[in-house]
Amino acid sequence: MEIADLERHPAVERLRAWNPRAAEEVSESRGEVAIGVPRELLRGAAERLRDDPALLFNLLSDITCVDRFPAEPRFELHVHLVSIPHRARLRLRVRLSGENPVVDSLLLVWPGANWMEREVFDLFGIRFEGHPDLRRIVLPQDFEGYPLRRDYPVEGPR
Amino acid sequence: MTTVETASGPVQTMVLNMGPQHPSTHGVLRILLELDGETVVKAVPDVGYLHTGIEKSCEAKTYSQAITLTDRLDYLAPLSNNLCYCLAVEKLLGLEVPKRAQYIRVMLTELTRIASHLVWLGSHAIDLGAMSVFLYCFREREEILNIFEMFSGQRMMTSYFRIGGVAVEPPPGWQKAVERILDLMPGRIQEYEDLLTQNRIWIARTKGVGTLRPEDAIALSVTGPMLRAAGVAYDIRKVFPYSSYDEFAFDIPTRTESDCYARYLVRVAEMRESLKIVRQAMAKIPPEGPIKADAPGIVPPQREKMKTEMEALIYHFKIFTEGFAPPPGEAYQTVESPRGELGVFVASDGTPKPLRVHVRAPSFVNLQALPQLVVGRLIADVVACIGTIDIILGEVDR
Amino acid sequence: MNAVVAQFPLLIVSIIKIVVLLVIVLTALAYLSWFERKVIARIQTRWGPYRVGPHGLLQPLADGLKFLFKEDPAPLGAERFVYYLAPFLAMSLALTTFAVIPFGPQEIRIFGQRTPLGIADVNIGLLVLFAITSLGVYGVALAGWSSNSKYPLLGGLRSSAQMMSYELALTMSVVGVLLMAGSFSLREIIAAQQGRTWGFLPRWNIIAGPFPQIIGFFCYIVAAVAETNRAPFDLPEAESELVAGFHTEYASFKFAMFFMGEYANMITVSCLATIMFFGGWISPFPATPLWAWTLFLPTVLFAALGFYLIFDGLRYETILGRILLPVLGIALCALAALFVVFPGVNGFVQGPFWFLLKILVFLFIYVWARGTLPRLRYDQLMSIGWKLLLPLSLANVLLTSLALVLRQK
Repeated sequence: MEIADLERHPAVERLRAWNPRAAEEVSESRGEVAIGVPRELLRGAAERLRDDPALLFNLLSDITCVDRFPAEPRFELHVHLVSIPHRARLRLRVRLSGENPVVDSLLLVWPGANWMEREVFDLFGIRFEGHPDLRRIVLPQDFEGYPLRRDYPVEGPR
Repeated sequence: MTTVETASGPVQTMVLNMGPQHPSTHGVLRILLELDGETVVKAVPDVGYLHTGIEKSCEAKTYSQAITLTDRLDYLAPLSNNLCYCLAVEKLLGLEVPKRAQYIRVMLTELTRIASHLVWLGSHAIDLGAMSVFLYCFREREEILNIFEMFSGQRMMTSYFRIGGVAVEPPPGWQKAVERILDLMPGRIQEYEDLLTQNRIWIARTKGVGTLRPEDAIALSVTGPMLRAAGVAYDIRKVFPYSSYDEFAFDIPTRTESDCYARYLVRVAEMRESLKIVRQAMAKIPPEGPIKADAPGIVPPQREKMKTEMEALIYHFKIFTEGFAPPPGEAYQTVESPRGELGVFVASDGTPKPLRVHVRAPSFVNLQALPQLVVGRLIADVVACIGTIDIILGEVDR
Repeated sequence: MNAVVAQFPLLIVSIIKIVVLLVIVLTALAYLSWFERKVIARIQTRWGPYRVGPHGLLQPLADGLKFLFKEDPAPLGAERFVYYLAPFLAMSLALTTFAVIPFGPQEIRIFGQRTPLGIADVNIGLLVLFAITSLGVYGVALAGWSSNSKYPLLGGLRSSAQMMSYELALTMSVVGVLLMAGSFSLREIIAAQQGRTWGFLPRWNIIAGPFPQIIGFFCYIVAAVAETNRAPFDLPEAESELVAGFHTEYASFKFAMFFMGEYANMITVSCLATIMFFGGWISPFPATPLWAWTLFLPTVLFAALGFYLIFDGLRYETILGRILLPVLGIALCALAALFVVFPGVNGFVQGPFWFLLKILVFLFIYVWARGTLPRLRYDQLMSIGWKLLLPLSLANVLLTSLALVLRQK
């Protein structure tokens, strides 16, 4: 897809119509459209994407995180969405700083975000504001550190 | 003993710790059940007992090495995992897989689906007390595992799909073995159905148990047979075809009741559909042709070439010592695993080792729906519901 | 010795009978577990026990030894006295029921004392039997309560509720038989089923009488399976839900006692079904000369089994099997020959033979159900008991009495 086509992607258009800053960067690689969303606008954008009749991204496929340590902002939250009615996929990308990795929880938009966010919290230490039950999920409750961060050694802390 | 408020006033409850060592939690799932008598007031699943840090381990391996780790995720459908991971890396690399390899992949993944559904059916049946079905299912699964062994030398941890194709040429006589399964299975599936589908006790135990409205299912990101049993025909093989699935004719079985019985019917129907796909794939696989993409530096060269060409030898050495480096970027690939939408997210930073490999495990996400299914029902229904979610703890905990 | 016998004839004779019966019953219990495992294995296309002894015939022995030598822990905080009492109750009550069951029509002679085949001939045998079996729920309930553990507690609760509600249907379902026989004595109930309809059809309660007890039998067999906690009503020990139910915290021989109690109950219940609905020891064939050859059915069966064992044994893989199986086969053939040579012996074994054969059929049905059916849910079980079986058995009582009254007129 050309850049111009990307700018006309319905999701981009709708998001920009709602808030000009909502889709701050749009990219397309390997057939996947990714929209960069500012941290504070994530939940609002998610609600638009779910409810807008032209988009209807009703299924939350996945939430995951990439740590680009030592770059800053180091964390990239990737939210993968599926629109079952329109047979479309979309990725939202949110950049988070290493100092204070906090983002709004998507739990109220897609209840399925519950465990996915807990997993990201557990392994990356990203806090989801508004999540009612943000506990570690796969690691023991008393585990120290966030093992999927790039500065956490594969062999574990020595 | 604690007191909780319910619709019918305060009740004294007992907390029952079901699992991680319990016959029907399918491994090491732990559920904290708050019970009023035998009625479930609250259910809190607790996972993580099988967490092995596979995603972290992948970051320390080259792209090809990580394939062996994907087998261990969903150990009942290793080929689905292989396929998903390979497709994700191929997407990252922009690699085109030869048609022959694609059809072989389709055939084997569908056999995997049958094998996985057989284990599901057997263990679900034994959870509800029907012992014999379990052994019948495992008898047939054994035949399918024999085919995997023929192809890959391994019954379960196959690692048969490689980046750019499949590991080795299909073994001589594979058609006969697959043909045997195709002839055997319809009768055997009928056998299970004879034992269960019209069985009054089976119907009493599963009908109306663990219902989930379709809108709730979608909101909870539930996918796979569970979603299709709720009436939503969302099957990635049809919606976002991969690996030439668009060339195959098959139906997506759906039901609208969205209870345990509907999920049972959907999965049984899926086994029959998979047989259809396997039959078509067999006809499509050409007797000869490349099984690996032509991508020097990524796909290991043929042995013959290694012995005659200097270049091939160098490529071979480089692939197995330092691996290959895909261009920076991310790729997210989903496939329809027996349990639902299996996704692999791979991020590359331009080095031979992945920056991040993430697996979107269908049973991890589907398990979230458990409290919704069981609250207000009896302990026996909890067992039925865990069964129909079809969890694989290797995949849930990763 | 003779003096002692003369002084307490009944006591001595009874003790001898009890010891003999206990040995037989305990062996039968052990081999019932072998039988169940073998039959289930065939249903599930497996071999079943095969390693310990030829065809796994020594498996029960190995199991018994294992139970004896296992460590025997008791959970912390268990109510010790009750915890130890419960398995004892479960087994001893189950075994006690055999005291009132008659095994054959004839009398035998021990030390010159004529005594019936069976330990006690009680004229209210059925009442005694039900009284004892209904006490059996204490073993299960107390085990569940005293273990100080949650799964056993739930199992104990389930089984108390289940056994009490099915006790009712069980008792009501046999009232029809009692009305027809006019007696509580098990011998007289069998005696009332003597004779033939149209000269050949046995007048067993299931098919004959003023009102055939088909409904009664249906209620009885369902209630009996539930009463003995067997599949598809094995909720108190539903392993996929309650781990092992009331005996989760029991190990070693205490567990074996529950196990034996359960199997003993299965046999008792099958005995009762045979006695009340299938004519006890009465042969299904008429006693006319035309059917005289049926007297040799035990002979034929024993001989056939004997020859099979001999030939199978000679081809067996292990040396032990090649010795043991033919020896067993020869013993069976010898028994068969005995029946032919001594007509008196043959006449004597007819009753017990048919009685035991019918029991075996019921035991097979038990095992068959376990291999085939899924398990019911607790609430469904209760609703079957109260909403289906109880009204049905009451209707059966009404209809039977109506039929009796009409006939008397």
